[in-house]
Amino acid sequence: MSDTATTGVSQSFQLKSANVSLTALELYYFDNDEFEANLRDKISQAPGFFKDVPVLISLEKYEGLDSELDFFKIIGTCRRYNIYVIGVRTANDDQRRLARAAELALLPGSSLREKKPEAEKTGESPGEPVQSAPEVASAPAQPAPAKVINQPVRSGQQITAPEGDLVILAPVQAGAEVLAAGNIHVYGPLRGRALAGIHGAEGARVFCQSLEAELVSIAGHYKISEDLQESGWKSAVQIQLKDDLLVVTPLDKA
Amino acid sequence: MARIIVVTSGKGGVGKTTTSASISTGLAKRGHKTVVIDFDVGLRNLDLIMNCERRVVYDFVNVIQGEASLNQALIKDKRVDGLYILPASQTREKEALTKEGVEKVINELSETFDYIVCDSPAGIEHGALMALYHADEAIVVTNPEVSSVRDSDRILGILQSKSRRAENGQEPAKEHLLLTRYNPDRVEKGEMLSVEDVEEILAIPLLGVIPESQVVLNASNQGLPVILEEESDAGQAYEDAVARLVGEDREHRFLTSQKKGFFSRMFKGG
Repeated sequence: MSDTATTGVSQSFQLKSANVSLTALELYYFDNDEFEANLRDKISQAPGFFKDVPVLISLEKYEGLDSELDFFKIIGTCRRYNIYVIGVRTANDDQRRLARAAELALLPGSSLREKKPEAEKTGESPGEPVQSAPEVASAPAQPAPAKVINQPVRSGQQITAPEGDLVILAPVQAGAEVLAAGNIHVYGPLRGRALAGIHGAEGARVFCQSLEAELVSIAGHYKISEDLQESGWKSAVQIQLKDDLLVVTPLDKA
Repeated sequence: MARIIVVTSGKGGVGKTTTSASISTGLAKRGHKTVVIDFDVGLRNLDLIMNCERRVVYDFVNVIQGEASLNQALIKDKRVDGLYILPASQTREKEALTKEGVEKVINELSETFDYIVCDSPAGIEHGALMALYHADEAIVVTNPEVSSVRDSDRILGILQSKSRRAENGQEPAKEHLLLTRYNPDRVEKGEMLSVEDVEEILAIPLLGVIPESQVVLNASNQGLPVILEEESDAGQAYEDAVARLVGEDREHRFLTSQKKGFFSRMFKGG
């Protein structure tokens, strides 16, 4: 099937923004034998994950000599384990030249923070691999409509907005749970649990008129009631993630 | 068509059976033909509170299982005209209360009664779910105490999702808050939740506040519904609650400490 463009010439393809999560292999130094041993070790912890996976070599923490960087060897070793190196991320011109020579795609060295393994936070097994920050989207996706709730969310009830924001125009009672892919706005007291950014959106925020929550979580980073008492308790606040920590700021000035 | 009212709470021991007895008595006294059903299979109490434990031949489960007719099982109250009791079974399992069985009994009762009061067991399990399933109105009995309030909130959530009205997408059952064992002295001292505290958390209309009273224990020992102790504060509070239930406007009484006089409160700084 081909689209007919305005010029009348049929199009055999279209360019679109692909918002995909890639795994970044953050290289500290390169020694072929050690590299292969480390790789084998990581794969054995989660074999299913590494099958045919595309990987980005990230050199932002690279401490070795540029002369030791042998991309051909890296690509070959990876391929033997069904891992495909597709590109290199670095700001260093020499490294970029080397990567270009190995016919790898080049990505700019970025300041995007990569997510640390969250084994202790979410109770996942230690074999979970390092997740990378999602690639920067060039075209913003159509925002999902917000889910609006008008009645109190009672103890034992669970309300989820799987896409977009959740707006609750009533109290969220103790023992209730509200979850959203995006932000959570409670126009009332938040007494239960609120989990925002459940699919990983670290920019998601929680807003409420009175912070009395049992637990607040943003993209998996959480604080329980005891830890929320120190600032903004029982007042109108917004909660956001800054440097992997939940920060509570008042909504009213003074 | 009868109006079906469930008296529920979530928490145990807050005053559901006491309330069911008084509310149904109060309704019957006003001339409405009323039946009160005990849904607490295995732990039945309503017959004791209504003073008919010596006249139980057949019970709710017998009727559901076709072993007796409703007429054989219903016990006529000796004190108030137009008041009937359907006792629970003490020896059967609560699973004997099937949804279809309960529906059949309620439908049959609807034909001749004005009000059907369902005395729910504590908890959120089968017995409680059966009791609230057919409700048009719900009286949520709550003590001014944190665990009771939490459990009442839970039962409100269940009422909103697991009743017949919720399943059929009809208008939800009308919810009423009945605060029982209220002690104004302790509220003033800050030891007990106030009416405003509970209303703020549960956010449902207040039907009434029943003060903590010695009369309640005496009444249950004698098998006399509290509302018939017309001189007592608790009895009068129940009378007010029934009035509000049928649509009358009544001011809430017994909310403040009765002992202190006006001047002593002024001198103590209020």
